[in-house]
Amino acid sequence: MSLRHIFIVYRKELLDLLRDRRTIISMIVVPVFIIPVLMTGVGGAAVKIVIKAQQQIPDVMVLGGEDSPATLAALRALRTVKLAPPSADFTNLITEKTIRAAVAIPKGFDAALQSGEPTGVQIYIYEGELRSSIGAKALESFFQDLRERTVRERMAARNVPEMLLHPLNIRQTNVAPPKKVSGNLLGSIIPYLIILMCMTGALYPAVDLTAGEKERGTMETLLCSPVARTDLVLGKCAMVLTASLVTTLLSLGSTGASFMLAKKMAAGMAGGGELPLTMDVSSLAAVFVMMLPVAIFFSATMLAIGLFSRSSKEAQSYLQPLLILTILPAVASLLPGVELNYRLSLIPVLNVSLVCKEILSGTFHWNYIALIFASTCVYAFAALSVAVALFKRESVLFRT
Amino acid sequence: MIEARELTKVFRDKKRGEIRAVDRVSFRCEPGRIFGLLGVNGAGKTTCLRTLATILRPSSGTASVHGYDVLRQPEKVRSHIGFLSTATALYGRLTAREMVEYFGRLQGLSEALLRERLDAIFAELDMHEFGDRRCDKLSTGMKQKVSIACTLVHDPPVMIFDEPTNGLDVLISRTVLNFIRHCRQRGKTVIFSTHVMREAEKLCDTIALIHHGAILAEGTLAQLRERAGAQDLEDVFISIVEGSR
Repeated sequence: MSLRHIFIVYRKELLDLLRDRRTIISMIVVPVFIIPVLMTGVGGAAVKIVIKAQQQIPDVMVLGGEDSPATLAALRALRTVKLAPPSADFTNLITEKTIRAAVAIPKGFDAALQSGEPTGVQIYIYEGELRSSIGAKALESFFQDLRERTVRERMAARNVPEMLLHPLNIRQTNVAPPKKVSGNLLGSIIPYLIILMCMTGALYPAVDLTAGEKERGTMETLLCSPVARTDLVLGKCAMVLTASLVTTLLSLGSTGASFMLAKKMAAGMAGGGELPLTMDVSSLAAVFVMMLPVAIFFSATMLAIGLFSRSSKEAQSYLQPLLILTILPAVASLLPGVELNYRLSLIPVLNVSLVCKEILSGTFHWNYIALIFASTCVYAFAALSVAVALFKRESVLFRT
Repeated sequence: MIEARELTKVFRDKKRGEIRAVDRVSFRCEPGRIFGLLGVNGAGKTTCLRTLATILRPSSGTASVHGYDVLRQPEKVRSHIGFLSTATALYGRLTAREMVEYFGRLQGLSEALLRERLDAIFAELDMHEFGDRRCDKLSTGMKQKVSIACTLVHDPPVMIFDEPTNGLDVLISRTVLNFIRHCRQRGKTVIFSTHVMREAEKLCDTIALIHHGAILAEGTLAQLRERAGAQDLEDVFISIVEGSR
């Protein structure tokens, strides 16, 4: 093995790929622009949609209640809903979003409230529709107030103290520091994004440096040089790794910046103070260190697949299942209840995803961190060995 | 000097079974002479030359190139040869200069020597005009000059040409053929494969007729003519191939 040869190959591949627009897009443009768009753009748009929906007064319909003027008058006086004229076709009107919700008031509703007889209302909604749920919530809130007021009046009439209704109070207080809250909320999605970016960064160079080289006919030119095949693979792998790490680093930087921006935007839109979320540079740096062997693993695996393929097209068709295989364990770490243990520490991608989640929430399980780092290094070495072995096989190099 | 001894290369194909691309080939190429491998497409010329260049490993037999064994010292062999074929492509995003520099560095040249060699080759091949142009923007003739420069940068004592004029127009072919002659004048060992009879006739000091991976006849043009009893090389070739059946 010659470090000089590896460096010569690496330097040439770097120069070659930096002149390629597609590499620049996958290595720089995607992490710098896609993550902020995902985190601030999509998140901000979602918050805006909710706020806008909350600001718009939903049209609701009152069915019946002609003999309950007091309730009807109170409903008409509500500022949170706008009453639409009653119609027998209210279900279609709700599903067509002409109105957002309807409430059916039974006959003798006011009288029943007065007399103390049991009664009730029925609210009709469009399940899962945002503005319908806002309309229904306004109606529900109105009738809950009415129920509580009625109870209070009845208790007062019977001289029963109101506190009898509240034998105990239940309160929740968050004791977790903001870093842990953030880690729990964002700790799953961020490693998932970073893993995806780490892979995306390696994908195009890995294909271009192997199958692309076969396709263009430059592989034979390279094989005529006195450089050992191992050095050629290591030089190429170092380049793919650089692309992957640059993408990962930019993704992490972009994630941190987007997070701060999203936090400010959310606070601004909510009209309140700062949200109790935080993310520090040391956690992001630790995530980057954990991603190092993952990036080597991805680079070597993709290089091996690219080498085996006859053309860039074939390589891409092999790499698509790999992308799904990678996404699956990353997604598994998002599932509730999936916690880090020794068995999961050996599953590639899932292990890093889970430990990064812990790191982002400020928890450093050193035993798991060491095990995961070591096991990922073993996988990376195995993938690299496969790539080197493939590069020495004529049947692979001249597979056309 | 190149010396092939019972050189054999067998490929195994799932559909076609065992293919003997090169079958117990033995020959000797001397410095300052051009040795021609003449054969039809698929005769085994490329496989034979790739084996000599250590891109492929022989299944049996061996060869030595400039005193280095292809099996035991493949990297030494590669540092003493220049390999040129029409299949050896260039890196499109590198300039002509960067391309030659890359191969010079891979051959272990120091930066000072590389600069010296580069200036000499660029002057010799008249490449200064397009030296800083990207390879994908060059004409076929310019590309061929860059390929030649890459093979020459380390001044190898052995030159291997695998159908170097294939698909080239007459002017570029002439440049390549002149370059091959020039290599002979410099005392290099030259092995040259072609299926074009006229090229072999004009260029080679010794010709080996290769068919189905095996060498059927070897000698000077005069010796081959005498053996076949024909004057035209095409007739000589057909006569020897038919005589081998």
